[in-house]
Amino acid sequence: MAEIEISFNGELRNVKSSNVQELLEEFELSGRKLAVELNMKIVPRDSYQSATLSEGDNIEVVHFVGGG
Amino acid sequence: MKAITNKDDGVCALETKQQDTFTLGGHVFSSRLIVGSGKYSDFQQTREATIAACAEMITVAVRRVNITDPSKESLLEHLSDIENLVILPNTAGCYTLDDCLRTARLAREAGVGDFIKVEVIGDEKTLYPDNELTIEACKILSSEGFICLPYITDDPIVARKCEDAGAAAVMPLAAPIGSGLGIQNEHNLRFIIEQSNVPVIVDAGVGTPSDAARCLELGADAILTNSAIACAKDPVAMAEAMMLAVRAGRKGFLAGRMPVKAYASASSPSEGIIT
Repeated sequence: MAEIEISFNGELRNVKSSNVQELLEEFELSGRKLAVELNMKIVPRDSYQSATLSEGDNIEVVHFVGGG
Repeated sequence: MKAITNKDDGVCALETKQQDTFTLGGHVFSSRLIVGSGKYSDFQQTREATIAACAEMITVAVRRVNITDPSKESLLEHLSDIENLVILPNTAGCYTLDDCLRTARLAREAGVGDFIKVEVIGDEKTLYPDNELTIEACKILSSEGFICLPYITDDPIVARKCEDAGAAAVMPLAAPIGSGLGIQNEHNLRFIIEQSNVPVIVDAGVGTPSDAARCLELGADAILTNSAIACAKDPVAMAEAMMLAVRAGRKGFLAGRMPVKAYASASSPSEGIIT
């Protein structure tokens, strides 16, 4: 399967995934409490499968860390 | 004869649980100590301090997942089994309205509820909030169903505007974030407490248990502190000290302090003194 280059959390990455669900699995992130943004738009949790990835997409995946 | 003791059964035995609570966005809280989760040496310490504080709410920050090392532990896993603990994501680090809204929406999407600590920073050195943008953010986020807890300067006008903007509480600072300076302007906090129709949570600047107690004595509904606990030599012990101080301050407030007099007033009778 052809890889595509995306910007993932500010880093350029070549990925095999064709949608958000696959991307989270590829990076061992599925099942965690996190939120996903694809090209500045939030991807709802039930739409990970249908949110397809294209070359040059900008993906942000955030979670919670310590803070005050 | 049975001895009468005054001992508490345990630090978390909340004898006032039923009677003395406050409400944020429909959620009832009996703990008046809100804690942060930053600056701890590890998640285990965060967990132990949170338990020792008897906290029912903890702030967390929203940040990028580390994609190079996804095996890194998650903070929430260490907190998930603490009873009645509400997660309060913040928008810390945001300097613009757009970043604040974006962070808040992402936080909610991550699925920990509708609470958001609205924080729009206006200056790097003091970490003072940009009140104007904070008010604007409260307006927008409240209309989207968020329970907004805005971090603001200790300005009564700003507090009122946040309330008008739909905030579920106002969170004036006692002193700059992480400074531990304690209350810098008690009068302003008094004005805010007096006028507010929503809970007042003193956020930032508390350095010691006595600072915490003072906030509650003034009539604040709660305090939010992170550094004072996490940066103590023994954070878990300090968490417990803060919890006790908050309870003492609250009880003192409810009890009503004695009137202040300029001169002495003897406590022992002047009659019957042996001469």
